[in-house]
Amino acid sequence: MLLISTAHRRSERLEIMSAASSPWHLAVALDGAGWHPAAWREPRARPDELFHAGYWVDLIQEAERGLLDFVTIEDGLGLQSSRPFERDGRTDQVRGRLDAVLIAARVAPLTSGIGLVPTAVVTHTEPFHLSKAIATLDYVSTGRAGLRVQVTARPHEAAHFGRRTLPALDLADRSSQQVRDLVEELFTEAGDYVEVVRRLWDSWDDDAEIRDAATGRFIDRDRLHYIDFEGDHFSVRGPSITPRPPQGQPIVSALGHASVPYRLIARSADVGFVTPRDAGHAAAIVAEIRDAQEAAGRGGDAVHVFADLMVFLDEPGGETGAERKARLDELAGYPYASDATVFTGTAAALADLLQDWQASGLSGFRLRPGAIPQDLHAITSGLVAELQRRAAFRHSYESGTLRGLLGLSRPANRYAMGGTRP
Amino acid sequence: MTKPLKQIHLAAHFPGVNNTTVWSDPRSGSHIDFSSFAHLARTAEGAKFDFLFLAEGLRLREQNGLIYDLDVVGRPDTFTVLAALAAVTDRLGLAGTINSTFNEPYEVARQFASLDHLSAGRAAWNVVTSWDAFTGENFRRGGFLPQDQRYSRARAFLETTWELFDSWRGDEIVADKETGQFLTDPEPGTFERADQHFDIRGQFNVPRSPQGRPVIFQAGDSDEGREFAASSADAIFSRHGTLEDGQAFYSDVKGRLARYGRGREELLILPAATFVLAGTDDEAAELAQEVRLQQVSGQTAIKFLEQLWNRDLSGYDPDGPLPDVDPVPGENTVSRGRASVRMHRDPVAIAAQWRAKAEAENLSIRELIIEVTGRQSFIGSPATVAGQINTLVQADASDGFILVPHITPGGLDEFADTVVPILQERGVFRADYEGTTLREHLGLTPLPSGAALSRADRAAS
Repeated sequence: MLLISTAHRRSERLEIMSAASSPWHLAVALDGAGWHPAAWREPRARPDELFHAGYWVDLIQEAERGLLDFVTIEDGLGLQSSRPFERDGRTDQVRGRLDAVLIAARVAPLTSGIGLVPTAVVTHTEPFHLSKAIATLDYVSTGRAGLRVQVTARPHEAAHFGRRTLPALDLADRSSQQVRDLVEELFTEAGDYVEVVRRLWDSWDDDAEIRDAATGRFIDRDRLHYIDFEGDHFSVRGPSITPRPPQGQPIVSALGHASVPYRLIARSADVGFVTPRDAGHAAAIVAEIRDAQEAAGRGGDAVHVFADLMVFLDEPGGETGAERKARLDELAGYPYASDATVFTGTAAALADLLQDWQASGLSGFRLRPGAIPQDLHAITSGLVAELQRRAAFRHSYESGTLRGLLGLSRPANRYAMGGTRP
Repeated sequence: MTKPLKQIHLAAHFPGVNNTTVWSDPRSGSHIDFSSFAHLARTAEGAKFDFLFLAEGLRLREQNGLIYDLDVVGRPDTFTVLAALAAVTDRLGLAGTINSTFNEPYEVARQFASLDHLSAGRAAWNVVTSWDAFTGENFRRGGFLPQDQRYSRARAFLETTWELFDSWRGDEIVADKETGQFLTDPEPGTFERADQHFDIRGQFNVPRSPQGRPVIFQAGDSDEGREFAASSADAIFSRHGTLEDGQAFYSDVKGRLARYGRGREELLILPAATFVLAGTDDEAAELAQEVRLQQVSGQTAIKFLEQLWNRDLSGYDPDGPLPDVDPVPGENTVSRGRASVRMHRDPVAIAAQWRAKAEAENLSIRELIIEVTGRQSFIGSPATVAGQINTLVQADASDGFILVPHITPGGLDEFADTVVPILQERGVFRADYEGTTLREHLGLTPLPSGAALSRADRAAS
């Protein structure tokens, strides 16, 4: 077993460095009318349609025309707020959203190349349900599913579930031991959650369905596996009710800004989203994640680190990104700041910055369009064309699966008996 | 004055994980791939069916401590498939079974409200309850619910989701780019619920969906289940599909509605039904017998018997007589995760009936099991089957049927091509959709929204 998995890791690592997949990876993060709180007021924004399927189909098809690796879709278990940890009662910004997994499923049959990575909150939900939902998203997209896991420490969201009480702490105070303990607990739980989700994906061998007329058996039950996970927050027996998905293991991703979430990325994810200030910071974050990978025993696994950037891009012959951001700030009544570095400028200047940052060990970027459709379109046409000119981005989808686009092979099943079957 | 003809409601049940589905047939396709679901949905929509229905089970069934392997095993996630089906259909209702025990109201309400938005008003929810620790082993709570509380929790769960669905009136979002006002209400979706089962409060984060809330189905058959349906459901997925049995159930349940101030047309009775079609009635009868033999193999017959007898009967010959021994009373330890087993309320009495029937008609175990479980609801030529369906509906044995094909995914094609046109010709089934939402297909009155919802709230409080 050990030999097999080592060989598998080595081949996966080789593949990620080969020319088979695009040298750069590019994703966009979709949220409402764009990430700027006043984006919905843009002349071309469609705020009336945020709760219509057609809006999301249009956006994700646009991203697919740009040959992006995947889109992420934001979600949450409470209303959006301009304050990080509490409600704000504002009436001048977009409030309300649809379930991201279901948006992804709704769009899946109408797309064919792009990866679909919905956000799911793991703090209050069931790993069994989410595992089969993402497995099913992988079926309906024929191998393009991923998952972005998110935790929440907001007490008012815990009250929506009534299953646990989260302490009323000043969550912004990172020096507080109580806050640090809570964050540690939530991310440890998230790691356990992903472990259960992944075990359930592997709880059916690929060849478990045998349809053996001679013996009357539809499945070979020896090729199904109890996962018997026991943790502090849940115990899950398995197997899944859904057979192993087309990719075997759909992509798991998480956003992190500090050491605790970096450890979750290192322990559990295929793609980590991080928010460096500059190339040097990016190099430090990548090094920290690599160290954490070694510590978690995943040193040989391919873990992509993508930098998140908020982008406001110049329209050729039109408004500059800086002008757009200034105009939107004016409408919002405050200058919009973000956890991610905010970029304003031309597509070529953004390509320069990405090139500079990528040298520090990043393998891709997740861009957050400030306003939709302008900044999304500027990414899928302007930036992508610029990267293609620099031979840094694909000209067509080189794989039908998201793992394939990310240069990851289809993993062996952790439960299957290696070598006993062809 | 003649009674006006009732309009029939028809739905398609994606073949499930039981022996109705014949997986050994060469035409039998994948039960997991989306293409199979899309095929059945397109067939149903082409035939102007009311909706497509998905069942759910949250733990693979076991018998004698082993995962049951004779039937189709495995299925995809209900919500995810329904959302994807919304992309390949336009009018068809999308009904899913979702458990009220191993879910939380806030999340389920978000999912159904999202599905209703993403399908432009076509979502339906078959509310089921379970309490077993066996299923609970896959969830955070474990098997936390005493059996006698399952309806009380289901009712509280449903009421809580309604409070969440109604927490947005539907007129909060104005999205006025000029003035910068997105919402009219600074605290949209405010809710609070405190009872024996739930203690939750805050703000729901999905705006009011096109139907206001999903159409509600209920499938339980006990007195409590019927009462639950009469108080809260829009339709019952029933097991009573024959004339006399159907009429008795129909009048019983419809009779309970007045107690809740509801009219008889506000709750539809839709039994599950199987069918076998052929060019002539004789050919259909022959084919039906073949299908039954495929559905009930010797092994399957013994397994069925064990489920009732609650003991290992693997030593018995399926072509021989029924066991002399009686079922083991008490908790079923042989079969787990199977709802039908829980419906055997008095196994010893049923075993005695089965033995008497087998002796009187000289039936082997396998023949007996075919007789008691395998009879298709409708067998015949298209004209015969159309006639049978129409007769039952006009005689108030049901308001229509949820059809369960035995082949995936093409098992409904022939019905759609041959039976539906006859029903349409007779003026008892729609020739085209008249509305866009599932509530409209089912003839249910729209729910109030906006200012009217606020008025209804005030009137109720």
